[in-house]
Amino acid sequence: MALLQLERICAQYPGAAEPVLSDISLSLGPQQLLVALGPSGSGKTSLLNLIAGFVEPSAGRITLDNVPVKGPSAERGVVFQDDALLPWQDVLANVGFGLELAGVPRAQREAKAREMLALVDLAGFENRRIWQLSGGQKQRVGLARALAADPRVLLMDEPFGALDAFTREQMQELLLQVWQRSAKPVFLITHDIEEAVFLATDLILLAPNPGQIVEHLKLDFGQRYSAGESARAIKSDPRFIETREHVLERVFSQRQAIAEQRA
Amino acid sequence: MSNYQSAPATETLISPTEKKAPKPSPRIQLSTGAISVLTLAFLLATWWLVTAFEWIEPLFLPPPSAVLEKAWLLMTKGYMESTLWQHLGASLQRIGLALGFAVLTAIPVGIAIGHNRIARGIFDPLIEFYRPIPPLAYLPLIVIWCGIGEFSKVLLIYLAIFAPIAIATATGVRTVDSAKLRAAQSLGATRWQLIRHVILPSALPDILTGVRIGLGVGWSTLVAAELIAATSGLGFMVQSAAQFLVTDVVVLGILAIALIAFAMEMGLRALQRKLVPWHGQTH
Repeated sequence: MALLQLERICAQYPGAAEPVLSDISLSLGPQQLLVALGPSGSGKTSLLNLIAGFVEPSAGRITLDNVPVKGPSAERGVVFQDDALLPWQDVLANVGFGLELAGVPRAQREAKAREMLALVDLAGFENRRIWQLSGGQKQRVGLARALAADPRVLLMDEPFGALDAFTREQMQELLLQVWQRSAKPVFLITHDIEEAVFLATDLILLAPNPGQIVEHLKLDFGQRYSAGESARAIKSDPRFIETREHVLERVFSQRQAIAEQRA
Repeated sequence: MSNYQSAPATETLISPTEKKAPKPSPRIQLSTGAISVLTLAFLLATWWLVTAFEWIEPLFLPPPSAVLEKAWLLMTKGYMESTLWQHLGASLQRIGLALGFAVLTAIPVGIAIGHNRIARGIFDPLIEFYRPIPPLAYLPLIVIWCGIGEFSKVLLIYLAIFAPIAIATATGVRTVDSAKLRAAQSLGATRWQLIRHVILPSALPDILTGVRIGLGVGWSTLVAAELIAATSGLGFMVQSAAQFLVTDVVVLGILAIALIAFAMEMGLRALQRKLVPWHGQTH
């Protein structure tokens, strides 16, 4: 049974002539890592904000286990591009922040936070200050913080967009490991085609004006990584390259179509 | 990240090829702090010189030694029925009370202004109306309403401190990073938890800046108010000594006022470093 469901979602900002998103339907269940890929302006951030509950759709329905989504809540955890950590707390307190808000006693939330830090390979960083961390480490803390609150689904807003290429590859592999172990459905948005193809079990391609789904691919490269194949071997596999080029072509043909439309 | 930045461009400039450039002459390089100390020493020496050779009459400028002697006398015996400590204590008590009340009320008001449209509509015009008025201009009205007791003086300083703290707090609240707010919301934060865990700590650097500004304004207002209507306090001490041309007490009082202001500023800077160590970090 699907966990998260979007039915014919439309979104339009007040005063805007065109909708940001038009007629989006999708579902996200266990064992799924759904990646929304699209150029800027395709409404992928709006889509994530809708699911997170930061904004409301102008039409359509979003449900989590058949319960309509209303406003932000701890059952939909978010990892942000800009880490959004609290610099006045150390790493351990940041990871335990969601549990603190929920009133979990200190000893219990610290134990959980340590466990999550170990999961993202940051054991030993408990007492570091946020500004002492590198970009990749901050994103790990952000991921650990979202997971510690034990959400039903994990939403990731271009989580590796601000990282350098090397760190980004490491983080992609880490995400697959964490996703495998925590068994949480993940909804991730990105504009990096290789990242999308590598991570996704489900890849949706968004086109702008208005944002709509133009293609939905089922992929298994991430699962192959989880099964033990090396990331480099997968990414240089002809099938991987073929998929990547296909997606790339779709993005460019979309662009061209829009340009012709405007001309 | 700071590791990358800490390899400054200047270091790469001092490459072997640069050695041909004219070396800086081997003069003694003084730190800025040392220069400041020298300036003060020069000032003191000049003071001592002009008084030691009696180029200026002691009535106008007493020698440093006389001021020091007077300081000892004031600390032990007192002036106008109070020792220096009692005058100092009276002034500090007034500003302490006013600051305490101002912090307790201005921070919540500032948060309300920054957070809530209705609160902004109510408080903004009130604060903006009275803030530009020099406190001494409404002191007479306060005296008419509340008499010349301690309460009037504390109220006057309170009003002087309140506005900067409230305005700085509101600014801090308005500039809270919206990603942090959203992150807390998606971790389940309620409205109050947002204020307590995200908004207040985010605004703390601004609040402390407001307190610093407020204390500066408050202290000058207090001393000025004591010049006009008081029977104790540093301002009163200076004013009454001036009436009897006891210049050394006047000079001593001014020095004490300056020292206290300096100490408060330094104390708050230290507090700022301790409470908001993340401020100014590349976060």
